[in-house]
Amino acid sequence: MADQQTRFDPAQATPFLTARSHNGWLGLAYRDHGEDWAELELPWREDLLGEDGREVLASGPIISLMDMASGLAIWTRMGQFRAIATLDLRVDYTRPARGRSSVFGRAQCYRLTRSAAFVRGIAHDGDADDPVAHMQAVFMSIDARNVELPGG
Amino acid sequence: MADHRDIEVVTPYARSLGIALDRWDGDTPVLRVEFSDAVQGRPGALHGGAISGLLETAGYGALRAELARGEREAQMKPINITVQFLRSGKTRPSFARARIVKLGRRTANISVEAWQDDEARPIASAVMNILMVDANPPA
Repeated sequence: MADQQTRFDPAQATPFLTARSHNGWLGLAYRDHGEDWAELELPWREDLLGEDGREVLASGPIISLMDMASGLAIWTRMGQFRAIATLDLRVDYTRPARGRSSVFGRAQCYRLTRSAAFVRGIAHDGDADDPVAHMQAVFMSIDARNVELPGG
Repeated sequence: MADHRDIEVVTPYARSLGIALDRWDGDTPVLRVEFSDAVQGRPGALHGGAISGLLETAGYGALRAELARGEREAQMKPINITVQFLRSGKTRPSFARARIVKLGRRTANISVEAWQDDEARPIASAVMNILMVDANPPA
């Protein structure tokens, strides 16, 4: 297992992972994490709206938010950064987010095998007990031969 | 009556990501996004979230066109989306087209595919359920 010094830290890694490209364009920011979960913030922005005239974030950026939060949860549980690919991802939109509100994405890697990582999570707009969306996803290790799993 | 193909198929989010109408294939819009930093994931590859945004935009676009064709005015609300990521997207333009599998009174079930060079080799697919709330419900 990786030691404390080299262990993957989502708080330190997020600014690098969101400095440019799609995650940077969205402005994703680190909020919190635990042993097998991570939470990111997607700030409200006028040009991310789903409809002209309604101040609610589009559903597309919520998928990107949950995808990135999932990656962080997986690397946090692995204790290291590894190349992974999203196999599939499902989002259920349980209610609209509040107008002009940030959306927070919290993902938990609940099962990790040699080749696959299973993730579930929620998106909320301030109260994690009242989610705007639920997510379920599976990721694959791109090079399974090199993956050293903690305790595995 | 305005041609149903005059409708706006691109949301503010999709517009700012660079998603645009490529062409009409009969009554179905084909959407396109150029490769750019805004849609890039790991270096040299398309971001899964951006591909999902393209798929979703194509799904809403096809439904909006179908509703306009039936002269039906309804607000569309997402119920869910399931995305399958099939191949890694390269630094090339991507396209997406949706098929309305079932159009009901309250919900629509839509299947969408995205591809780059070859439509027979999709990079991602999605199934979407969308709730429709009629502006003028039948009496």
